[in-house]
Amino acid sequence: MRKSRALNLGTGLFVLLGFAALFFLTTQTTSHGLSFRSEPYYVVTAKFRDIGDLKVGAPVSMAGVQVGRVAGIGFDSQDFKAVVTMRIDDKFNQIPTDSSANIYTQGLLGGQYIGLSPGGAETYLKNHSEITFTNSALVLEKLIGQFLANFNKSSTTPGSTGGQPK
Amino acid sequence: MIRDFLDSLSESVERLGDTIRFLVRILAQVPSALLRPQLIFDQVYNAGALSLVIIMLSGLFVGMVLGLQGYDLLQRFGSEDALGTAAAIGLVRELGPVVTALLFAGRAGTALASEIGLMRATDQLSAMEMMAVDPVRRVVVPRFLGGVIAMPLLAAIFSMIGIYGAQLVGVQFMHVDSGSFWSQMQASVDLRDVNEGIVKSVVFGIACSLIAVYQGFHAEPTAEGVGTATTRTVVTSAVIVLFLDYLITAFFLK
Repeated sequence: MRKSRALNLGTGLFVLLGFAALFFLTTQTTSHGLSFRSEPYYVVTAKFRDIGDLKVGAPVSMAGVQVGRVAGIGFDSQDFKAVVTMRIDDKFNQIPTDSSANIYTQGLLGGQYIGLSPGGAETYLKNHSEITFTNSALVLEKLIGQFLANFNKSSTTPGSTGGQPK
Repeated sequence: MIRDFLDSLSESVERLGDTIRFLVRILAQVPSALLRPQLIFDQVYNAGALSLVIIMLSGLFVGMVLGLQGYDLLQRFGSEDALGTAAAIGLVRELGPVVTALLFAGRAGTALASEIGLMRATDQLSAMEMMAVDPVRRVVVPRFLGGVIAMPLLAAIFSMIGIYGAQLVGVQFMHVDSGSFWSQMQASVDLRDVNEGIVKSVVFGIACSLIAVYQGFHAEPTAEGVGTATTRTVVTSAVIVLFLDYLITAFFLK
């Protein structure tokens, strides 16, 4: 009987350790932490001309502090804009209605996120309100394209007038 | 020669079908085996607790290698802060379940196969049948369930120790910032990644345990037969695990 008790103890310890490891993996390696229920939030939308490669789940931050997440990305076929739905934590319920939403890039090769810059209005964003001032994502290819176009223009203009071979 | 090939092909298809039928037979006996939980606890101990040392040591070294290789690779791009992410995703999604399954097949699977095979060779299984005890219910099902329970827990322990191994090398030896190691990991590892690892380890646990008990139960009742069953357990488990791994990975990628 004593052997069986030691054996059960070993089994129990093993199972406990296994579940402790599972708990560690789900809480410590992910951002879910210990809060299994989601915080209360409200939903805000914004229309962008170009969202680059913004993804669902990307952070929404204000002054570098994360205030929410991108909950959904849709397309408005009326004015051909991307409609981004954001979930903002209820804690941050004093964002002026004339704030602007910009899409930035984290680091050089990082993912994209939405940065909110506060406006000066006295009224605050509520559930289902829309942010009207938006700036599109900076798409690197377009930027390079513009740069090259300018570069060609500025290098050919003086060349065509002055440097013609006779 | 072509006929040999076709013969061996049809033989393996036959064995596959037989294994599935054996699985159905095991599953049918699971409810009645649950009435004697002590038998299952013993097998969780055999398959799980006794494999702990090899799993933890391997996890530590796999994690340390991952830390070293990951650091060397990432610092070429100046992004060694992402080491935590790389190590955690690699371990949780891929290396944890797969390496654990391979070790599990080598440590617990062979023990199961040779134990049951030896019971077959020494007529213990026939003796049970004579006493109207179903050997599948009394011997096979508890061992199968023990393996199925133990495998996901072992994989989780492996991943956890591995992450600490990577942290040991990355943060202590290579001086990656400890804060960014953990915070980048937490920011980019998703619950989906953990789920994928858990699903994999459960599926691998079922596959490895099934192959082990099948090979043992159907071993030829000779010393050579037991040896063959043990070898087949390891070989088949390894191939099946890697094949299933590809399938599940493809399934989880959107």
